[in-house]
Formats: sequence, structure tokens, C-alpha cells
Amino acid sequence: MNRIESAFKNGKAFIAFLTGGDPSLEKTEEFIFELERAGASLIELGIPFSDPIAEGEVIQAASVRALNAGTTVHGIFELVKRVRKKSKIPLAFLTYLNPVYYYGYDKFFAKCAEVGVDGIIIPDLPFEEQGELKAEAEKYGITLISLIAPTSSERVERIAKESKGFLYIVSSMGVTGVRSEITTDIEAIVKSIRAVSKTPAAVGFGISTPEQAAHFAEIADGVIVGSAIVRIIEKYGKDAGKEVYEYVRAMVSGL
Amino acid sequence: MKNGRFGEYGGQYIPETLMNEVTALEKAYEHYKNDLQFIAELDTLYRNYAGRPSLLYFAEKMTQDLGGAKIYLKREDLNHTGSHKINNVLGQALLAKKMGKTRVIAETGAGQHGVAIATAAALLGLECEIFMGEEDTERQSLNVYRMELLGAKVHTVTSGTKTLKDAVNETMREWTRRVSDTHYVLGSVMGPHPFPIIVRDLQSVISKEAREQILQCENKLPAAVIACVGGGSNAMGMFYHFIEDRDVKLIGCEAAGKGIYTPHHAATIAKGKKGVFHGMKSYFCQDENGQIAPVHSISAGLDYPGIGPEHAYLHKTRRAKYVPVTDEEAVSAFEYLAKTEGIICAIESAHAIAYVQKAARDFDKDESIIVCLSGRGDKDVAAIAKYRGVIIHEQN
Repeated sequence: MNRIESAFKNGKAFIAFLTGGDPSLEKTEEFIFELERAGASLIELGIPFSDPIAEGEVIQAASVRALNAGTTVHGIFELVKRVRKKSKIPLAFLTYLNPVYYYGYDKFFAKCAEVGVDGIIIPDLPFEEQGELKAEAEKYGITLISLIAPTSSERVERIAKESKGFLYIVSSMGVTGVRSEITTDIEAIVKSIRAVSKTPAAVGFGISTPEQAAHFAEIADGVIVGSAIVRIIEKYGKDAGKEVYEYVRAMVSGL
Repeated sequence: MKNGRFGEYGGQYIPETLMNEVTALEKAYEHYKNDLQFIAELDTLYRNYAGRPSLLYFAEKMTQDLGGAKIYLKREDLNHTGSHKINNVLGQALLAKKMGKTRVIAETGAGQHGVAIATAAALLGLECEIFMGEEDTERQSLNVYRMELLGAKVHTVTSGTKTLKDAVNETMREWTRRVSDTHYVLGSVMGPHPFPIIVRDLQSVISKEAREQILQCENKLPAAVIACVGGGSNAMGMFYHFIEDRDVKLIGCEAAGKGIYTPHHAATIAKGKKGVFHGMKSYFCQDENGQIAPVHSISAGLDYPGIGPEHAYLHKTRRAKYVPVTDEEAVSAFEYLAKTEGIICAIESAHAIAYVQKAARDFDKDESIIVCLSGRGDKDVAAIAKYRGVIIHEQN
């Protein structure tokens, strides 16, 4: 069993996102340990990109802070190396295709394997374009995680059949960000997935309260929380560790 | 063209949320482009509304002055709304209506595309929202007011570099928010498939007319056709029907800003590297970490870090040549064309004129060249004055 699969083995998974290098790589390292201590099952680590088209204002701003602090892909690999000395928590990158393309697919995934990254989520790499880097990711055993959107309809089955690791169900139309209400019929999507695949499914985009988390964890295999965590980091900066811990602790205990 | 690609360039690198929509768009376009009623409706709009065909004007004074090839100007600046952008928006707005959409959204740089789509939306009864970088709303404030007069809502984009690329980001984000009743009218031959093909096909009316017109005037094909390139829609339109004419040189003029050996340019082919951004694989100005680089051009319309995938392919296969032109050269050409031919052209188009000033004598006097004069320059007068240190008071 690889580390991503293990994230879904002990009940519902809580997947936490944060942007690497916001406000600094040292702080990201500390926050990752806080997230783990609070009970997160998997960490989605954002490699900041200049033009994150799937992100709302909160994560856009975090990307800007991280890039202004001088964060590079190389720096993030070094961060993961340090994390791996102390922790076995499943780790997936979230980034856009261009930084990966520029780094070179083979070199990038070789490095992922070397430092201990388990998977990658690329919002601007839809199912049809996965051939772009699938071979390189597989060669080094890095799981390429697919997304499913409210508009995916008949695509759900096609994507689910080929899926690995977990499926990222985008809960709502639009970009990432906290939402008071999520109206998509997630149950129907999960049903379509389960008809063709055993891959666990986690729901993300817009989830910030323990009630929302508990609700979607009941329907799916896990929840993904990003903007709500990043907002705490935005507010408390380098002192956000304790706040992040307490927030995630409360979210996890509600699952 | 295979699977939405020109060689390795192009593709559909977009969020899953939009995938079914671009598939539906492709299907609708493949149907309507051969639909006789659609073709007839668009043709009527081109003739009776946009003012097509546009003139192919022999620039005799410029020809004599430069002492080389006979210079013809394809006068897209004389179209309704003052640029080639109307060719694209009328087609896409009509297509959007056929698809049952009631709302269109679009990015704009200089405001030419924004004004054009606001115009088409007013005419065809579509709701219209435009995204424009804050820096551009300031240097093109007249166009912002124009769009509002036409009934469009203009959103000022304050993220990133606050220019065209950020306007594209924000329009894409808006499209993922609301896609069922909304069509994104991309303004150039860029973005995910099928946009580069749709926009090229609609703009190819430029070279379709120009090829017939030059054969009538000169009885032979031109030695070269020349156009400015940002995303590259007027250039693609100007090149398209000459691509198979292997003896006709295709030349695109990129914005070199303050010079390609400074960081302040938007010369994607000269200085960019291969990458994937805004839905397409192509060339982009980017840094050593694959972050999209801030670009600079005096021209808001060319101030874009990428180039359409078909241009990338024409470059790679050496069918077309791309040359950098600086702000200073473009401003001088802007002034030159005004004084020599009595035409105030868009600062974008002035990049192509600047190249002709340098290259006209490389051709024989019995050869002809065609320059796409993509737009008129009223919108640029204040910025050119400022560049020259002249302060214009428009209000009391």
C-alpha cells in the first residue's frame, strides 16, 4: 500500500492544503507538522505559480506572498526532504503544468520520488491531456490525481475508471475559496464513481466549517480544505502554527 | 492539425470544469461553419455592418519614400469599431447565440477587442462583461467608457501584473463560475482548442480578400505579408490564405518594448521558451522557474507573454519569420505613417510599419508587400503624446 492509499484506510480522510513558502519555507515545514499533529491524513502542498487560474483570491494572494518570498520549485523539494526526515504523512503537490514542464517531466518526477512526494494534482491538466506526463509520473511511482467537476457529467465514469490515489471532486463551479453553500449533487457524482471504480473520492472547494466537513465526509471518503487554512496563515503569518492546529483539530474531530 | 494541435503546439490545458464546454463549442463550431444560413448571416454582418471588404490601399508616397517594394496596406482600421477585432467577435457572438447563450465575457488589452465584443453584443442582444487590467483601464480610459456606452460591464482586474494576461486569467475564472449561459469570446488565436482555429478562421477573411485584391492590382502574389503579433490574430488572419503560397514571406512583428536585451519587452518568439499556459502549449516569456514573466510594450494590445500555437508552429517549421520591434521604432513609425500617408494607425499596427521602414529596400521595386493595418490609432494619441513628453488637456 502506498502512502496515498493509506490516507484513506483509517476512516474518513481530512486533506489539508497549504501554499509552500507562505510566509516562508521554514514556516511551511512547521505548519505541515502542525497539520499532521492535528490529524490531517494527507497534505496537499502548493507549488506557487504566477498565474493560478483555478484559484480564488485567498490562494492567489498566498501564491504572491510565497513567490515574493523567493520560493522556487527547488526550495520546495528541499522542504519535502526535511519533512520526510521526521514524518511519513502522505504528501501530494498541487501546482500548474508550466512549472513542471519547465523543470522537465522526467527530472521533476525523479526528484519527487527521491525526496518522498507521493502524488500530484494539476488543475490545468485535464484527463485528455494527462498523456503529457503520465509515463514519467508512473516511471517514478508518483500518483497523478484527477479532478471531477460539477460539469463533468458523462466524463465522470471515464475519469474514474482510470483514476489512481484518490479522486478530487470539485464541489462547486468557479475557483477555490470559502463558500457558505454548496449546491452540487455530490452524492450523484460519488455514485457514478463507485459504479466503476474503487478509488476513494474526496470533496474540495469551498469547505470551511466542521458541519460542511462532516456532511461531505459522510457522502464521500474525505474532504479537502484549502482556502480556510490559507486564510489563517494570511491572518497570523509566521505565528499561524497554533491557530492552524486548533482549526484543523476541530475540523478533524467533526468527521 | 490533429487533436487540436499544430504540431506539438496547442491542446486543451484547462480546468475540468470547462472541458465539456469546450467540447460543446468545438461541436457547435464544426456544425455552424458549414451551415449555409450561418455563413450567410455572418457574411451579411461583415458587409452591411462591419464594412467589409476592407480596402487594399496602395501607399504610393510611402513606397516612393522608402524606395523598395510597392507597399500595400490592408485597411482593417477602416472596419466598424476601428480594427480587425470585429471579424472575430461577429462570428463568435453569432455562434454563441446559435448555441443558446445569452451572455458573453471577454478579456481586453488595448480595449479594441472589448469595444468590438461590446458592439457585437449590443447588436445581437447579448449581455456582455469585459475584464481589463487596471494598468490598461488607465492607459485606455476612453475605450472603457466606450464599452460602457455600448452597454457592457467593465471589470477592472487588479491581480498580477494588471495587464492583458491577468485579464485572461480573470475571464477564465469567471467562465468556470458561470458557464451554462455564457460564452467566452477569446480575442486572439490563443487559448485552448478550438479557440485558435475559430479565431483564425474568422480572421482569415483578411487574407482571403487581400489575396484576391493584390492579384487584381498586381497580377501576381506579393513577395511578403507583414503584421504585428501579440496573441497573433490579425497576423494569423493576414497569413492564412498565403501559407500555401510558399514564395510569399510571412513576417510577424513582435513587441520588443525597450529592447530584447532588457527585461522590458513582450517578444515571445525572440526571447520566450516553450511552455503551457492559458490552455495551450506554445512559447511564453517566463523566468528560470517557469513563472510567467512580466512583459512590457507601449502597446497594450501586444503586451502579452505568449503567442498563439499556430504561430509557434509556423515559427518552428520556419514558414513564418518573427522580428522584434521596439517601442521607439513603433512610435516613430506611427508618426511616419501619419505624416506620409495621412493615416493614424494603432500603435500595434505601427510595429509592422516600423519593420517595413527597415525592410522595404530588401525587395525589388517590381515586388509588392502587404502590411496589415490592424487598427486605427485614435485610442493611442494621448499615450504617444505622453511618450513624446507632450501633455494633452482633453478637459477644461
